[in-house]
Amino acid sequence: MIVMFAVFLLSLLVITALAIVQTRNLFVAVMLTSIFSLLMAANFFILDAADVALTEAAVGAGVTTVIFLAALALTGERERPRRAGIIGPLVVVVSTTLVLLYATFDKPRLGDPLAPVHTHVAPWYLEKTPELIEIPNVVTAILGSFRAYDTLGEVFVVFAACIGVLFVLGAGSKAPAAIDGSERDSLGLRHHLIPQVVGRLLIPFIVLFGLYVQFHGEYGPGGGFQAGAIIATGVILYALIEGEKAALRAIPRGALLGLVAGGAMLYGLVGLAGILMGGNFLDYSVLMEDPVKGQQYGIILIEAGVGMAVCGSLLTIFHAFAAREGS
Amino acid sequence: MSDYWALALDVLSVVLLTSGGAFVLIGGIGALRLPNLYTRMHAASLTDSMATLLIFAGIMLQAGLSLATIKLCAIMLFLLLTGPTASYALANAALLSGLEPETIGEEDDAE
Amino acid sequence: MYYVVSIAILVTMALALIRAVRGPSVYDRVLAANMFGTKTVLLLSVVAFLFGRPDFLDLALAYALINLVGILAVLEFFQNRVPTVAPTGTGEGDNSV
Repeated sequence: MIVMFAVFLLSLLVITALAIVQTRNLFVAVMLTSIFSLLMAANFFILDAADVALTEAAVGAGVTTVIFLAALALTGERERPRRAGIIGPLVVVVSTTLVLLYATFDKPRLGDPLAPVHTHVAPWYLEKTPELIEIPNVVTAILGSFRAYDTLGEVFVVFAACIGVLFVLGAGSKAPAAIDGSERDSLGLRHHLIPQVVGRLLIPFIVLFGLYVQFHGEYGPGGGFQAGAIIATGVILYALIEGEKAALRAIPRGALLGLVAGGAMLYGLVGLAGILMGGNFLDYSVLMEDPVKGQQYGIILIEAGVGMAVCGSLLTIFHAFAAREGS
Repeated sequence: MSDYWALALDVLSVVLLTSGGAFVLIGGIGALRLPNLYTRMHAASLTDSMATLLIFAGIMLQAGLSLATIKLCAIMLFLLLTGPTASYALANAALLSGLEPETIGEEDDAE
Repeated sequence: MYYVVSIAILVTMALALIRAVRGPSVYDRVLAANMFGTKTVLLLSVVAFLFGRPDFLDLALAYALINLVGILAVLEFFQNRVPTVAPTGTGEGDNSV
């Protein structure tokens, strides 16, 4: 029965993808993309992967949609008419699809108990986590401790993405002046009473829930990435309601860049602390006398670093787009 | 006696869940077949709030008194709060960008 | 018992998707996306109980809070445009601020 749900959701996914590709209006494409993200989150949920579903819903359907809309408000809505031919890209796409389909014939069936991932990799993690780290959420244990190098790379990728956007759009603290020199572009939704009241009610809950997800990541679905996205959503809600300048006064650009760099640096410093205390890089067992407590302490610190980096970079990218509106 | 109580709770939650599902379906069919954006918004937002109330009440009866019930209550409150706000924002955006609601004619005394 | 409700919600998600693909104006599609969001929250809550894992309710709570921000972004970023001819079809209006 669950398999039928999954198949149904996947076929909806195909229909959405076809609709995104064939539309010429970018606003429509952005709305369909948020539906696509929700379908993917539901799919991940049906496959029992709660952490990934939470990240996909928080980042894909929340923050990414807002950033795309901010970018669309600066540019036009229509896609530029196609100038190149269609045969070349079509050949490349069809041949790549055929190669990928051929490669999936060798894959073991989904959930096959004899697959290598279920006989070698997964039982080792499931057995070592209660012994070495003692937290209930095995995904966080793998992400934070067993494969901490990969997560370090992910944090630096997020950092690099933030810097890349700032190079392209400019980190300038002076926003370009509006056409008639007025303050029209910074009012936000202030003259709409209902979103203002409801938004003000919701913002503390969103930030509180983000902090809950951050620190609860060891016991249930959650962790740094999800928490960073949720807290960024709360601040973006404030920016939408009160205007973007008010949000910049509340959390200035310097603080955001400090968050991004500080988060990545915190992660690296925890790794260095492992070396300074006699172990390897990113070896948390040596951080405290009891190795298990050391592992938990290390995971809390690096999740904090990840959350800071993700939150800061999402907000920086949002401000980079939204500050240019009106020029 | 407590057996009857559990049976009554089960029956009540089946009734609530099924009627919530029926409202969800009505909303979907309405959003598909009604002629205009504003009429579709009626269908989508009204049935959304009703279905939220019924479905979450049905699930809460099954969950008993536990942490899950408090979480479900919170989700229900947030959905009931943000649904009408989203409808307001959408209708406002549509009206401000020039999409006029269809009216019957110059003289429409009948309501 | 939860299966019937999940099937009803899945069918409504498909109907909302049809509205999103067909809807003549862009605001029909925004309406469909919003409907899809709330139906996803309902589906996540019902299926969490179907699976017997009530600690998955955090996802539904997160998404119920985040759903509003997309719609408010539509209002915020598109309210200051010069009102064009009604945005029908595949969006003939031009963004001339």
